[in-house]
Amino acid sequence: MRNVYLDHNATTPLHPKVRQALTEAFDLFGNPSSIHELGRKARREIELTRQTLAEFINADPEEIIFVGSGSEANNTVINSLSCCSSHCSLKNDNRSEVITTRIEHPCVLEAARCVADRGAKVTYLSVNKHGLVNPDELQEKISDKTVLVSIMMANNEIGTIQDIQNLAEIARKKGVFFHTDAVQAVGKIPVDVKKIKVDFLSFSAHKIYGPKGIGALYVKKGSPFCPFIRGGHQEKGRRAGTENTLGIVAFKESILQRKIEMIEEEIRLNKLKTFFQTRLESEIDDLEFNGMPGNSLAGTLNVSFDGVEGEALALYLDLEGIAVSTGSACSSGSLDPSHVLLATGISPEKAHGSIRFSLGRSTTEEDINYTVDKLIPILAKLREISTVYKPRNKNGK
Amino acid sequence: MENKSNWAYSEIVKDHFINPRNILKNDEEFIEDGKGIEGNVKCGDEMMFLIKVDHDSQIINACRWKTYGCASAIASTSLLSEIIIGMSLDEAFNLTPKDLAKKLGDLPEHKIHCSVLGDKALRAAINNYYERQNMISKIRKEKTKTICQCMSVTDSDIELAVLDGARTYLELQEHTKLGTVCGQCKEEATKILESLVKKHFEK
Repeated sequence: MRNVYLDHNATTPLHPKVRQALTEAFDLFGNPSSIHELGRKARREIELTRQTLAEFINADPEEIIFVGSGSEANNTVINSLSCCSSHCSLKNDNRSEVITTRIEHPCVLEAARCVADRGAKVTYLSVNKHGLVNPDELQEKISDKTVLVSIMMANNEIGTIQDIQNLAEIARKKGVFFHTDAVQAVGKIPVDVKKIKVDFLSFSAHKIYGPKGIGALYVKKGSPFCPFIRGGHQEKGRRAGTENTLGIVAFKESILQRKIEMIEEEIRLNKLKTFFQTRLESEIDDLEFNGMPGNSLAGTLNVSFDGVEGEALALYLDLEGIAVSTGSACSSGSLDPSHVLLATGISPEKAHGSIRFSLGRSTTEEDINYTVDKLIPILAKLREISTVYKPRNKNGK
Repeated sequence: MENKSNWAYSEIVKDHFINPRNILKNDEEFIEDGKGIEGNVKCGDEMMFLIKVDHDSQIINACRWKTYGCASAIASTSLLSEIIIGMSLDEAFNLTPKDLAKKLGDLPEHKIHCSVLGDKALRAAINNYYERQNMISKIRKEKTKTICQCMSVTDSDIELAVLDGARTYLELQEHTKLGTVCGQCKEEATKILESLVKKHFEK
């Protein structure tokens, strides 16, 4: 049986070069804070990575903080900026309102819900059917109490890419800080923090062929900041805890490889996705593509199939060796239809019947052909079982 | 297969999932004696169950079903469709989701509710049979009232949770998973919870 991995937005396999870098770094065990040579050696590697990451997004090295994950980076910003404590040194002029969107990753939504429970006001922006935020709505919703706007750069489920530069400018003009969750974007599309002028930006290694457990937070010089994890001088007191040296070294290699491969690979994946879409459209009836054609991550393809339940479909594909997701991987433990798809206005029924295919650097045309070939009989079977599937009348459409 | 142990469900579930029995085929003519439909597509699953009954013996001799549902809904209904053949209507009516889950080699906790649909639809089909046969006295209403449609939580489930220690809506949710999908039942569930706490624990 063939193994086809089409779940790159959930996580990615290690790039061979990253694996090699990791293997070579196994003996780099010194505590980066130690004064001896073993410690200094680890420190040097960490600072080299900081430089590499900073360069990649056009930041200064001291603006990069290593954290445990994209989720930690997002939680750090949401929690610290909305802090309402009068004892806090953070200078927010008594502002605590956070504006975010309905299509954020659960780690942003949950963090926002938590700060709301603690008294901060949280406002959610809607999106259109393509998953795009309306800049006018942001303009309207910012009040004199707003301290932070947090909008994701590229959506993990449907791949839609927001115009962050424009949205950040709206916030900046009103004196409001701007954070973007760029976990799905950095390493897939060019990101330049000096151009988009955001105050905070989260990204992560494991979405771009690095290991899990290492992420980074960009904090623009002069932005207010309050540590989420305390009790150590690491990262200049901004994130306590002995550094994940191995993860950091591997992160450097994954970024270096993205530098080489990203642009060409995105072009290739875009073509591959178009090929995939064309085959699906011409060979399978009654489906819809979710997201924004022409303005989405090259590897992301979200499809709703009429009359079938997504989890059953994903499990049938799994039995054929094809790995895909229904909505967000984090949702697979729950029965809720994808909050992202519902926010784009599609019916719960269509949201329940959606599959996210996410392609990556190892995906080939043969993989896509194999997937479509397997999908056809599986869909026919599930649709025959289905109580709700009704073939659409093609002429009437 | 190498990843056998990682399959989220048991081998029996897998077998019934891959080869569901007694599916109503598209071109098949199956004239049923009773028909039941349960569930809600909005919540992610819907089930239709058809039965044929030997009128003299009141024994189910054939059945067909269709579903818009997940793997455990498909598998549990397939299993159900096998074991009810040859059963009397009474026996079939009294089958519980627990009987099925046991036969399936246990389901993940958050998937139990999916397996409930099949036998609910079966009971609806049996009642529908009595209705068609004008055997109105045989029709058995569900003894309990379903409060949370999404997670199939009944008033008696709520009572059990209260007796088990749930005192607040949040605790009730932890115990029963009620209201964790569409949340529409919150008000009704809270009322029932309060009255049950009063009934059992206030003097």
